[in-house]
Amino acid sequence: MTATPVLVLLDHAPDGTLRAPVRELLTLARDLAGDAGVHGVWAGDQDVAAARPVLAAQGVTAVHRLVTDADPHVSDVLADGLQAALAATGSTLLLLVSSFENKEAAARLAVRTGAGVVTDVDGLTLEDGRVVAHKTVLAGTWTTRCAVTTPTAVVTVKANAVPAQDAPAPSDPRVEDLPVAVRPSSTRVTVVERSEHAASGRPDLGSANVVVVGGRGTEGDFSPVEELADVLGGAVGATRVATDEGWIGHDAQIGQTGVTVSPRLYVGAGVSGAVHHRGGMQASGTIVAVNSDPDAPIFEIADFGIVGDLFTVLPQTAAELRRLQG
Amino acid sequence: MRIVVCVKFVPDIQSDRQLGADGRVVRDGGDGTLNELDENAVEAALALAEEHDGEVVVLTAGPDDAVDAVRKGLQMGADEAVHVLDDDVAGSDAIGTATVLAAAVRHLSADAPVDLVLTGMAGLDGLTSLLPAALAELLDLPALPLASSLDVDVDARTATVVRRLDHATETLTAPLPAVVSVTDGINEPRYPNFKGIMAARKKPVATLTLADLGVDPATVGAAGARTQVLEAAPRPPREDRVLLTDTGDAGTRLAAWLVERKLV
Repeated sequence: MTATPVLVLLDHAPDGTLRAPVRELLTLARDLAGDAGVHGVWAGDQDVAAARPVLAAQGVTAVHRLVTDADPHVSDVLADGLQAALAATGSTLLLLVSSFENKEAAARLAVRTGAGVVTDVDGLTLEDGRVVAHKTVLAGTWTTRCAVTTPTAVVTVKANAVPAQDAPAPSDPRVEDLPVAVRPSSTRVTVVERSEHAASGRPDLGSANVVVVGGRGTEGDFSPVEELADVLGGAVGATRVATDEGWIGHDAQIGQTGVTVSPRLYVGAGVSGAVHHRGGMQASGTIVAVNSDPDAPIFEIADFGIVGDLFTVLPQTAAELRRLQG
Repeated sequence: MRIVVCVKFVPDIQSDRQLGADGRVVRDGGDGTLNELDENAVEAALALAEEHDGEVVVLTAGPDDAVDAVRKGLQMGADEAVHVLDDDVAGSDAIGTATVLAAAVRHLSADAPVDLVLTGMAGLDGLTSLLPAALAELLDLPALPLASSLDVDVDARTATVVRRLDHATETLTAPLPAVVSVTDGINEPRYPNFKGIMAARKKPVATLTLADLGVDPATVGAAGARTQVLEAAPRPPREDRVLLTDTGDAGTRLAAWLVERKLV
């Protein structure tokens, strides 16, 4: 266990509910912290109340609410707040959900505090007092274990890295205001406009347990993809071709430069498996591929591959699952 | 307007990429290239320079072969190139690389002020995306990362970007000079044409060492790295794979397999 509390940034939606992967990070943090406990860091004006049930179930001891007039959506300001939280708690391990904005704050913290940073990890252990991160690299083709050699570690953790589990006993987290001294230079960036993406009614693509993806083979008809996603309770994703064609919004693009997913189950329909796409999904737990082209590269990495027409295979799968589930 | 574009030399993602015994990406497999995502940064710089009568410098830090990355930038149309070549750079983590590049940008600023530092959104080898913010922090400049569009107002001396995050789309603005990283959606990089390739042969590539930049070798490279790879191995091949051709019941069989594997 760690000597001081493990800190977790509590990413939340505008309504104050926690983003799904935060629960996983809290579970991971609890395993590492032991008696030292897990503390949350809350950035934003929202009340902590909406998140409280989850925080209590996860056994979180304390929540540090960053108090500042500056906009915490600016990475400099978030870094100021996280630095204050590290200082106030004496913590030497900070966990963040892997997102672009959190990685920006992590990079700044590393420069300011000398902390070691590891991004996109899918497991963490303590070995001889050192934080050791497990991650897959080179588009999921290699696995590494990497020790942080500095006293403080800042780690961004991928969604679905660990299953979220409630603490043996719930806690009654205390919420404390933490005034943040924002550096003058941190307010040079202004957020002129910020619009939240509309909720789809399906899980977030980046953190979903199940992702069903449509590619060129859908020829623009995503209905079988959406139907199977809904039966599986999953998110809908797409390849670059599908988003470039305008068949689905750019938010759905999976790949090295789009959304990176590592769900328990990935289903690719009419997806060829180009290297850019594989870079964004190859770390998935189980990979299913349906494609009419037997030479599609995705079959090289599929656990279950079907050479066939997605417009017959997907509806049949959905119908059979509905039958089996009664 | 003077723009510095930081570029990286990476193994071609179409090649069989490997990690060495030291846990570092093998960079001498002969399959190296300019990081594809940096081509978008070079393109964005060239477009701005053409619009505002500016100058583009491509900058890289890396082994001998890394000069190919800046040469590609010159072929695309950049005016000059800087290659930080020093054995002590090897093994740098993202913060170490940012330390070297920040020193090089400062070195260039001594000749003439730098208005904009551009990078790609990520290196296709490590994909950490830490560099742009680290560079901004080290240079004490504002950062506008992940731009899918970039507008520079030369009179007001501001840069404005639009960026798409997982949950929101933001418009950010900051005064120049600033660090901006761009996505692969911002533009379509030009191909070097014959004229560009010929012209690049006459363009200068300055080679600098850490000593030239006043960088303490202990702060970068393997010596300054804050993480240590303990173990690196190819991911084991997937086992018990099923591959079948649909003869009418493949969907049903898939459903049964998903249930059996407890995936639903």
